[in-house]
This record gives sequence, C-alpha cells and structure tokens, in this order.
Amino acid sequence: MIFENHNPLEGKVFQILDKTGKVVNEKYYKDIDKDMLLKMYRCMVLSRIQDEWALKFQRQGRMLTFAPTLGQEGLQVASMAACREDDWLVPAFRSNAAWLYKGLPMKNIFLYWCGNEMGSKIPDHINMLPIVVPIGTQFNHATGVGMSFRYTKEDKVVVTYIGDGGTSEGEFYEGINFAGVMNAPVIFIIQNNQFAISTSVKSQTKAKTLAQKGIAAGIPSIKVDGNDIFAMYFATKEAVENARSGNGPSLIEAVTYRQGPHTTADDPTIYRSEEEHLEGMSKDPIIRTKNFLIEKGILTEKDEEKIREECKKTVFEEFEKADQENITPLEDIFKYTYKEMTENLKEQYEEAKKLEGGKN
Amino acid sequence: MGALNNIEALNQALDQMMEKDEKIVIYGEDAGFEGGVFRATKGLQAKYGKDRCFDSPLTEAAIIGTGIGMAINGMKPVLEIQFQGFLFPGLNQLLVHGARFRNRSRGRFTVPMVVRMPYGGGIRALEHHSESIEAILAHTPGLKVVIPSNPYDTKGLMISAIKDPDPVVFLEPKRIYRAFKQEVPEELYEVPIGKARILKEGNDITVVGWGAMIPEIQSAVKDLEEEGISVELIDLRTISPIDKEAIENSVKKTGRFLVVHEAVKSFGVGAELISIVNEKAFLHLECPPTRLTGYDITIPLAKGEGYFMINPEKIKSKVKELINY
Ligand SMILES: Cc1ncc(C[n+]2csc(CCOP(=O)(O)OP(=O)(O)O)c2C)c(N)n1
Repeated sequence: MIFENHNPLEGKVFQILDKTGKVVNEKYYKDIDKDMLLKMYRCMVLSRIQDEWALKFQRQGRMLTFAPTLGQEGLQVASMAACREDDWLVPAFRSNAAWLYKGLPMKNIFLYWCGNEMGSKIPDHINMLPIVVPIGTQFNHATGVGMSFRYTKEDKVVVTYIGDGGTSEGEFYEGINFAGVMNAPVIFIIQNNQFAISTSVKSQTKAKTLAQKGIAAGIPSIKVDGNDIFAMYFATKEAVENARSGNGPSLIEAVTYRQGPHTTADDPTIYRSEEEHLEGMSKDPIIRTKNFLIEKGILTEKDEEKIREECKKTVFEEFEKADQENITPLEDIFKYTYKEMTENLKEQYEEAKKLEGGKN
Repeated sequence: MGALNNIEALNQALDQMMEKDEKIVIYGEDAGFEGGVFRATKGLQAKYGKDRCFDSPLTEAAIIGTGIGMAINGMKPVLEIQFQGFLFPGLNQLLVHGARFRNRSRGRFTVPMVVRMPYGGGIRALEHHSESIEAILAHTPGLKVVIPSNPYDTKGLMISAIKDPDPVVFLEPKRIYRAFKQEVPEELYEVPIGKARILKEGNDITVVGWGAMIPEIQSAVKDLEEEGISVELIDLRTISPIDKEAIENSVKKTGRFLVVHEAVKSFGVGAELISIVNEKAFLHLECPPTRLTGYDITIPLAKGEGYFMINPEKIKSKVKELINY
C-alpha cells in the first residue's frame, strides 16, 4: 500500500518522521520493535563515529583515500533492518552503515581502505558482495543473484544501492529492466545524496524524480525521505515482502545528503554553497532518530553517551587490529588470479621473489 | 616560455586550441565547473561558457557515443574519461564505433575526436585507478594511442591530437601530472603523432619506455652511465601508430634491446616491439630482445602495489643482465 499511495509521478514523498523527529504519519511507526530501533540507532552512531575518525586517520596519513558514508546512515540501516539476516546485500562503495549492520567486521572495512584486498574477503556466513568501485555495474549483479534463487529454491531477496550519479549509467537501466522482465526479487535503492562528486543531481537528469525511472521499467517505485529511518524501514519492508512472495523487484529513491566530501581527495567547498550545506545538515538522520527516541522514552541522554563511548572504543580497537594485520605477503598478489597459479604465473612469482630478496 | 608541469601544459594546450577553434567542445564527468578531478580543464568553463565546457552525466558510454555523433557532424569533441579504469562502459562505443565509422562509411563519415584519460599506477589508489591498458586500445585498428611523458610533449601532442582527422586516445600518466616542471613555449606548436623521441643517445643498449616509466628509466640510466654502460633511451610517445624506424635504427646501432612498461606482461606492447626488433634488426642482436613489465595479475591495491611497480633497481639489473648476456 505504501508504494501504491506514493506515486512519484504525483510528486509524493513517503515520510513518517519530519526533520525534527516528530511523527507526521501515525499510521506506520507503531509496529516497530524497540530493540530493533535501538540496534539501528547504535549502528548509525557506530558508522558515524567510524567515519569521523577515519577522516582524522586519513589526514594523519594512517589511511588512504576513502568514501565516507557520513549523513547517509539512516537509509542504510533501515533497509538492512527490513531484511532477513540471510538476504543478500550488493553494496555500492558508499555503504559503510549497511556493511556494519550486515555484520561485516569493521576491521575488514579499514583494511580495504588501507589498501589491502583482504578487507574484501567477506566472512562465509554473510551474504554480501565486496566493495566494487565501478559505478552502476552492481545493479546487474544484484539482478543475477536474485534470478539465481529461482533455481536454488531459496526465498531470499537482494538489496542493492547506487548513487544519484549512478542512475545515469547504462547498467542502471539495464539492471532494473532485466529484473523486471525476470521478476527477480531485488530492491534497488538509490542513495540520492544530491551530488556525484561535484555534479549536482540537477545536472544529472531532467527527470523530476529519480524514482520515476523505475516506472519506465514497470516496477513499483517510490521516493522516500531517506533520512527518516521509519519511512525507509516500512517502504523497504513492503518491497521485501513483495519480492519474497514472488512479485518481483521494486525501486526506492532515498533522499539524503552527503555531509562530507565525496572522498578524502575531494573538496566540497568548491561546488557546494554554505546555504545548501546547512540545509542538508539540518536533516541529519541520527539527530532526528535521537530526538524521537528520547521523546518516546526509549533512550536517555545518558544511554546515548554510553553508546558513543562504546562505539568510539570499537572504532579504535578495530583500527588497531587492521593496522596490525595490514600486511600483503608477496604470494598474495599472485595467488588469487586463478584457482591454481598457471605455469606462467609460477615463473613470475619466482622472479618476483628473487627481486624482493627471497621474500614470500 | 614558462615552466609548466604536465597538467598545466595540458590545460594551456586545451585553452589555446579552444580559443582558436570554436568547434572544440569539452565534456566529461566533473570536467566543467570543477575542471575535472585533476583540474586539467580548470578555468575553461569560466572562459568559454557552459556550451563549450560542461559536466556530463555519469555515463562513459554516452560521453563517447555522443562524442562520436558530434564529431561526425563536424564538431571537435575533446572528451574526458575520469580515470582509464572507467573507460570500460564506454569501450563498446570507442572500439565498435569510434574506431570504425571511417571504414564503415568508406570515408564519408569520420570521427576526429580526442578521448583523454589519466592512467597508470603508483599513486596508492583504489581499484580500477591504476591499470595501464594501452595494448587493448592499440590492438584496435582505427584508433591512435598517444602517451606523453613530459610537459613539452604533452602540449605539442595534445595540439596534434586535436588536429588529427581520426580518433585519438590520449593517455595521461597521472603519477607525473605534477611531478616536475619544464620550459614550454607559449605559442602553439605540434609534436607529431607517430614519432618516437630519442631522449639520450648511447651505444650499448636501447631502452624504450613511455609515460611514467620515463623518469624511472632516466634515473636508472644515470646510475648505469656512471658504471660505464652507455644507454640509448627512447620515449615511444605514440603507441599506435608505432615508430618502427626509430626502434630499428637504434637497435642496429646498439645491438641490445629492452622495453620497459608498467602494463601486464603478456600480449602487450612489449611483445609487439620485440617482434619489430626481430623482424628489422635480427642480425644485429647480441642478446635476446627483452621486456621488463608488470606481472600478469590484477594490479594490487596500495599495500601490495610496490611489488608490481617497475623501479630503477629493476631496470638496472635487467640492463646489466642483457649487457652481460
Ligand atoms: C563507471 C565509473 N565511472 C566513473 C567513476 C568515478 N567516480 C567514482 S564515484 C563517482 C561519483 C558517484 O556519484 P554517485 O553515483 O552519485 O554516488 P555517490 O558517490 O554520491 O555516493 C565517480 C564519477 C567510477 N567509479 N565508475
């Protein structure tokens, strides 16, 4: 019903909490479980603190280029929370909060952004693909994973993300169209954070909404306030149920705001006005959720402080672990090219060992 | 004359050519307002307006595909692909159409566009930011592939690329965008496409490289000279069409040949050059013509990248191996 009642072509945006944390749509929020709310909240804070510290580590030269998720945590935790644990995540490179919610060790995330492929080795029990940098390609992978369930007889669904810029890539259209035709159980989520590096969403498309692109593919599509974890949770839940019961894909445009730089190599002050920035910051998903939780008596300022302390401790511990494990043995750069090293590679590996003074 | 680094020389070439030729249109992801993530097109939108220099939507296929359409109707698109690693979605357009319209239409339609992109490793970047795929491009008939290694050549080759009647892929070694400065003439001048340059004459061995390998080779050569080994160093500058004559003449003089490239080893430009040496100068050879290259693997992320990269030490030991063959 949520999708049906919020046609993006009629300019509708689904929202439950306004930007101050007040409930504006009583109909939905009550069904949500307190523990789950707290779990989402904690994960948002964890991701935020990780990003804040990662930015500092990067400035200190202890981390390499990375893409902060700062400001977009809400839509990610809520969409993950709306899924089952064994559902699949096919992420975009800016998906930190979703990775954490899915259970990816933070150490892996740090390892990856410190230039070590071991960070991409997702633990076997987590149904998730590694970070990939090429934009847009993940939509087809997600569709393919979704299509495979028909054969493996699993009742799982797939959630995948893309940025607003990514919706201009051919594979965005190809992926949603294919999923539609195949009735694949995929939830396509656009993280509309207003910018693709310096290019604003206005220069990206003439379409009034990004959500309406899904309509062309014939799949249920909706524009949601992505910084409202309630709206995001219920919209995704409906899409997930729909997909799980065999009705195919849906598309959600989650409107959010990228609070930080595109990556640490980027300076947003060049292309983003102070006014725009303040407006974006005023919709912060964490502050909004916190206001709600405190108002409802689910969280106190003291709990909040404790959560922050715990999260900061986790961030430091995980970074320390990553720092210690950040070693790439020589063999590592050869050994994953094929299941077995070819003769050619064995030869090159031996040659490399000699050049590296006998190192393995 | 003024001392410019590679990116400044590139910017100057684009600026001066845009001023001269109204048909030049520049676009790509973030190429307009911001001037590209490396600022190669900085200031051009402010100077020439949004019609002539603009941000495109994020889609390499459309950037190259529309470029082809523009070029066919007499415009001169100079397109930016943000990183070579993201060319792939546009490769269909480039290889299947950009390279073919002249032949397909028996010369009626041509695609005189330039496609620029940063390439190569050594900057501790994310995945798909470090590969060198000149061989894939050069393997396609109909494309020209150019790689400058210094500011003077960057400006001169870009001017030639813009004037060229065929599609030119302009690969920019990003590692040396800002590595050093060189005196560059203020006026417009051309460095011809397809001509290698002898950077240093020598008698004992010919070493060929391009792009970001050149400073590495130069550093090795300096040490080798001190040890009494006289190296002839050639900067290939254009991968396709290749300057066979320069290679032939040099190897006939030195009798030894080493090609150094950072791209993976197999099926690459090194193999092509060695084949040319065998065909043209076989009887002059005193040792097998050899390549020193990256390994046949996906280029590692930063932590393992050092193992992959070519450095002066590797070059020196290879040269000595050939001298003492
Ligand atoms: C195919 C491809 N082209 C270009 C890039 C370079 N690039 C990396 S991120 C980015 C902007 C992405 O913007 P958007 O899709 O809106 O996602 P956001 O970064 O804002 O989350 C670009 C152009 C890339 N990674 N892949």
